[in-house]
Amino acid sequence: MARKDTVNALIRRGVSAKVSEALANANFKIGDLKKAPFELITQFISEEDAEELLKLIGAKKTHIDKEQLKAASKKKAPKKETKKKDKEIKPRMDFKMPDKVPKMTDFEKKISTMAIKLGTPLPLALVQKVAAKVKPLDEKEMKIFIEEIVAIYNRRLIDSNESAGIVSAQSIGEPGTQMTMRTFHYAGVAEINVTLGLPRLIEVVDARRTPSTPMMTVYLKDHVKHDLDKVKMVASNIERTQLIDVATVETDIENMQVIVKLDQKKLAEKNIKIDEIKSSLEKERKLKSDVLVEGKKMLVIKTEEASFRKLQQIFEIVRDCKIKGIEGINRAVIRMSDDGYIIYTEGSNLAKMPEIEEVDPSRTTTNSITEIYTVLGVEAGRNAVIKEAGATLDEQGLTVDKRHIMLVADIMTNDGDVKAIGRHGISGRKSSVLARAAFEITSAHLLKAGLIGEVDALDGVAENIIVGQPVTVGTGAVNLVYSPKKRRNK
Amino acid sequence: MMASRPKRGVSKRIQYIKFAHISPEEIRKMSAVKVITADTYDDDGFPIEMGLMDPHLGVIEPGLRCRTCGARVEDCPGHFGHIDLAMPVIHVGFIKDIKRLLQSTCRSCGRILLTEKQMEEEEELRFMLGSLGGDTTDFDHLMKRTAKDASVRTVCPHCDAEQLKITLDKPTTFREEGHKLTPKEVRERLERIPDEDLMPMGLNHKVSRPEWMILTALPVPPVTVRPSITLESGERSEDDLTHKLVDVLRINQRLRENRDAGAPQLIVEDLWELLQYHITTYFDNQTSGIPPARHRSGRPLKTLVQRLKGKEGRFRSNLSGKRVNFSARTVISPDPVLSINEVGIPIKASRELTIPIRVNQFNIDIVKELTSRGIAPVGPHGEYLPGVNYLIRVDGRRIKITDRNAELVSEGIEIGQTIERQLVDGDIVLFNRQPSLHRMSMMAHKVRVMPHKTFRFNLCVCPPYNADFDGDEMNVHVLQSPEAIAEGRILMLVQENILSPRFGGPVIGGIHDNITGAFKLTHNNPLLNKADTSMILSKANIYDWPEPTIVDGKEMWSGKDIFSIALPDGLNLIYKSSICQQCDDCKEMNCDIDAYVMVKDGQLLAGTIDEKSVGAFKGKILDKVSRDYGADAGRIFLETSSKMALAAIMITGFSTSIDDEDIPEEAKIQILEQLRQAIEKVGGYVEAYREGTLEAMPGRSLEETLEVEAMRILGKARDGAGQIAGRYLGLENSAVIMAKSGARGSMLNLSQMAGCIGQQAVRGERISRGYHHRTLPHFHKYDLGADAKGFVTSSYKVGLAPTEYFFHSMGGREGLVDTAVRTSRSGYMQRRLINALEDLKVVNDSTVRNTANTIIQFKFGEDGIDPSRSVQGEAVDIDDTLLKVFGDKRFKNIAKELKAAGGE
Ligand SMILES: [Mg+2]
Ligand SMILES: [Zn+2]
Ligand SMILES: [Zn+2]
Ligand SMILES: [Zn+2]
Repeated sequence: MARKDTVNALIRRGVSAKVSEALANANFKIGDLKKAPFELITQFISEEDAEELLKLIGAKKTHIDKEQLKAASKKKAPKKETKKKDKEIKPRMDFKMPDKVPKMTDFEKKISTMAIKLGTPLPLALVQKVAAKVKPLDEKEMKIFIEEIVAIYNRRLIDSNESAGIVSAQSIGEPGTQMTMRTFHYAGVAEINVTLGLPRLIEVVDARRTPSTPMMTVYLKDHVKHDLDKVKMVASNIERTQLIDVATVETDIENMQVIVKLDQKKLAEKNIKIDEIKSSLEKERKLKSDVLVEGKKMLVIKTEEASFRKLQQIFEIVRDCKIKGIEGINRAVIRMSDDGYIIYTEGSNLAKMPEIEEVDPSRTTTNSITEIYTVLGVEAGRNAVIKEAGATLDEQGLTVDKRHIMLVADIMTNDGDVKAIGRHGISGRKSSVLARAAFEITSAHLLKAGLIGEVDALDGVAENIIVGQPVTVGTGAVNLVYSPKKRRNK
Repeated sequence: MMASRPKRGVSKRIQYIKFAHISPEEIRKMSAVKVITADTYDDDGFPIEMGLMDPHLGVIEPGLRCRTCGARVEDCPGHFGHIDLAMPVIHVGFIKDIKRLLQSTCRSCGRILLTEKQMEEEEELRFMLGSLGGDTTDFDHLMKRTAKDASVRTVCPHCDAEQLKITLDKPTTFREEGHKLTPKEVRERLERIPDEDLMPMGLNHKVSRPEWMILTALPVPPVTVRPSITLESGERSEDDLTHKLVDVLRINQRLRENRDAGAPQLIVEDLWELLQYHITTYFDNQTSGIPPARHRSGRPLKTLVQRLKGKEGRFRSNLSGKRVNFSARTVISPDPVLSINEVGIPIKASRELTIPIRVNQFNIDIVKELTSRGIAPVGPHGEYLPGVNYLIRVDGRRIKITDRNAELVSEGIEIGQTIERQLVDGDIVLFNRQPSLHRMSMMAHKVRVMPHKTFRFNLCVCPPYNADFDGDEMNVHVLQSPEAIAEGRILMLVQENILSPRFGGPVIGGIHDNITGAFKLTHNNPLLNKADTSMILSKANIYDWPEPTIVDGKEMWSGKDIFSIALPDGLNLIYKSSICQQCDDCKEMNCDIDAYVMVKDGQLLAGTIDEKSVGAFKGKILDKVSRDYGADAGRIFLETSSKMALAAIMITGFSTSIDDEDIPEEAKIQILEQLRQAIEKVGGYVEAYREGTLEAMPGRSLEETLEVEAMRILGKARDGAGQIAGRYLGLENSAVIMAKSGARGSMLNLSQMAGCIGQQAVRGERISRGYHHRTLPHFHKYDLGADAKGFVTSSYKVGLAPTEYFFHSMGGREGLVDTAVRTSRSGYMQRRLINALEDLKVVNDSTVRNTANTIIQFKFGEDGIDPSRSVQGEAVDIDDTLLKVFGDKRFKNIAKELKAAGGE
């Protein structure tokens, strides 16, 4: 889209179609061209064309030093990076990592060392559970008991060559047939709709960029969370408010202007001042007209040219103008909990949350896995997959061992980003050509494999079934060969 | 296939398969015949030489020998031929690659349009990607980026030639600034690209030269790939591929003639394009932008891509899933006296299904005896005896045994030969029901040969298969090799799968009458006389009687004592059963309704045995016995307890009927009154809404508020009606017993039958659509009251009013649609999950890895515990272990000390 727009815009300014195409292909936008140094432009078009171009778009010829040229020739689009730098947010230093895994107490350490001495390091969770129950035991009893625990633990370990993947996939897929398909109200917050059941589970394993019903749970800092007035303030600062929410907007055809009549009650509720509205209207880039304040509750916006289309455009811009709140958050609902007030939001924008003073960013969370991944990283993304998939299954009353969900989350996040289960994710990136061909888009995979001379090492399950050999998991992974000893002739 | 069965023992594996493109020279070199005529058979029905059915291409008729390799049908794999194309033609499958190559290489010198520096950078990136373990998709992205970098350049950095813009007219026409490029020209350009410049564009010159993507010779697949079939009428019908090849040959011939005759350029070009069309559709008949080639009947032809693609394609239908021998399918029916490990196989199937037995010095006499009996032997009382169907000689020849030759063949049996023996009791077979959603959908059973024509199995095995007997069919597969049989017995046998890997609890267990029976036997501990007790014990094959209780001088046996026989010694358990009412203050052993279960040292001291004890998914006793005492003990407990339960239910008999939902008149009045009040209340809200006095809930509109309130009030009314009905439905009622014990049905079902069905909903809301501003023509427009929006006051027993019936159907339909959509959606999700995870396995260092040997997890599930061995997900049940190690008294002390210390 953007490319096409650039081409059209250039042609409209009298640049030849060929040059426009070449520039658009090189990812230039008009704004970039105005600022771009001459050397950069001539990389893609001839010098004469470039001279002409600069004249047509009304830009000065600028040159750059060699350093910049070098940077520009690197393939990554250099323009975007500079843009980002302007908006760089200062890192907040009061960010404290919460202790999610409590440190081992001395007693726990003792148990842990006992187990290690027995040759089996026990997982932390188990050590902690044991520690909570064996305090009253004396030294000798403790030894006997830990020995027993270690023995049981070893007995219950998973076998080598177990096809853990298939078992996990089945364990998550099989209950899918028993799930519902409907959207429900979020437990405790009737105002917010959330997708649950099978559609949600599919969404999670698909690693969809935005969930169909994004939602955030915003926790507040200790000094705010018990103060309802402050919480309301925070909520109204989070909730995206458009002008239409606090005013009636009308078009006055006679005078060719748009009239905004403010609702004082709602303004007070949301704590918005008329000046704020004026300034946010003025910030609206597409709106080039002047905003006049008339009295205490009226704003008038005049059109620059007298056309109905323009008037209608202005009307729409004014109506949808964001005057407060955070992009993407359509509603904020306050609920009491054991731990003070919590804000639930319809819509999600986790990245903006740490910027709000009153919000406790260490606990605030969203149901959008991609957002968690982009804001907090892969490990958080992995945990989000586990949490969301687990909660979806739990809510349906289906018990699935956490380990299966972990495996799915781990394979989705193994490469360092969140990949979907399916043709565009894991399945499309398998190392085996045959396995990929057998899943989806068969012919494309086969033809492509020939192009680069791919080698299928026949290590996986699908490809071995295809060629008719035992598979490489489970009992197929081992070979038992009986070689009878020749009897010695005495 | 049959003659050349591979020898057992050493098996060779294919090490790898390498993919590459084939050059025209190679096509010609491997060709058995150059095909030039479009005709297939002559008038006498013989294949025409150098035609599409040339005998050099392989044989499809039995008896004939291949002209190329001299083998018969079974052994000749078929041989490729080729067609020399008069003019080069583009291969559609590579159209995008050709486009990329043309756009990013110089039109005059053929070099890639990158500067030396860019090339270096590209190579560096590529090398880095390789060392970081990039997969094909990653390389693909890099290659596309490189191609884009090259194609934006308008001047060749190597020879300074100006580049023109190349576009693709779908599907196969290239244009350079509007001027058409013929495949010949395209081929010439591709030929010019030097080998070194191919790698950045995603081609490996060692296996694929770009000009090979423009065909000059077309391979003709062997006839074995496209056999012609003779219809009943004697008419020959050719394969779709043959049809398409005929078209190619015809046009190719005409093109050559015209070209050689110096025909006008226009005609040659038209024919060339036609040839391009035919070859394009020969590869892929669903190419977008051109009409698919059709059969005379109008059916689109199935050409190469269509043969491979999709669910019915070669890959998914023939390669990933294969047809097998030694299998059978029929209807299933229940048999509660079979062991859970067994499956009843009809005699008729048993005679067809065989197991190969190698003759050796130890079994030769038995084998001879078996063989001499013929193919359908019966015992002295007409009972089934196994026969032998085939003798396989050392050279692989099979001899079919008949009643006539049985004696003769049997005498000639030698060591080293193999016989195929019919099934006998105890053979291991795999039993399966589709959809096979988890591994318990295919378990090993021991054969019981039985009369009649259905497969039979114990009802406790219904849950893992998700089977019922309303016409379900299932499959058996008879295991053939000793290795497979051993694996089946050790890993796949039903008793080994009682505990599910999904949640670490039982998936096999009592259902329906098993639970009701156990309830009847144990609830409030009934006393049974000697006759009844003896009946129960004999059904369960128990001969050691428990100690009797003397009541009024008579020997009586209590139900709990009888049930305790099934419990293994040393079993200790405490939990609440399904019938528990979750009282705030549990009276434990003195529970009013006998819901507190206590098992001590294998003795049931208190509580009712129901779904929470022996049921599938929930049975606690079953869970503990099969985990702590082993699979055998689990099986024995399940079989004994379920047989006792069935015997117990037979003492009094058990049935439910419509009068189980009878409630007294006063209750009916109460229910009606409550419903009336609720409806009135809703009416009040509607009134308030109309008058504008209704206060909107925060964040909701008035309409929404009204709906929420109505749903809430009417929901409460339904529950209220259910509660009133429930008060008159006690545990003496069969339907209630079933619902409360978890055998079948729920209290909600009952209250809908006896009390009120309640609000019908579509998409979670009251019914609102149908007619103009109303749901049904029976109501006034804009009626928002309870009955006009789908509230059903009647009970199922009373029957529904016509309007209610409509509403009920609307709600019911949503349920049906939901199920239909769900099965397909969850099926696809399951397929994707399996495909993504199938290669993961736990290797010897306890890490989980994929086929690329990447570590996915350092320990499975972070602690390395097998979920099917866990206690509902926990690695170790600590309380239980404490009890086991230190005994009851010490355990109680520990608990007390903990409590005193402020712990749990
Ligand atoms: Mg059925
Ligand atoms: Zn042959
Ligand atoms: Zn050149
Ligand atoms: Zn109780």
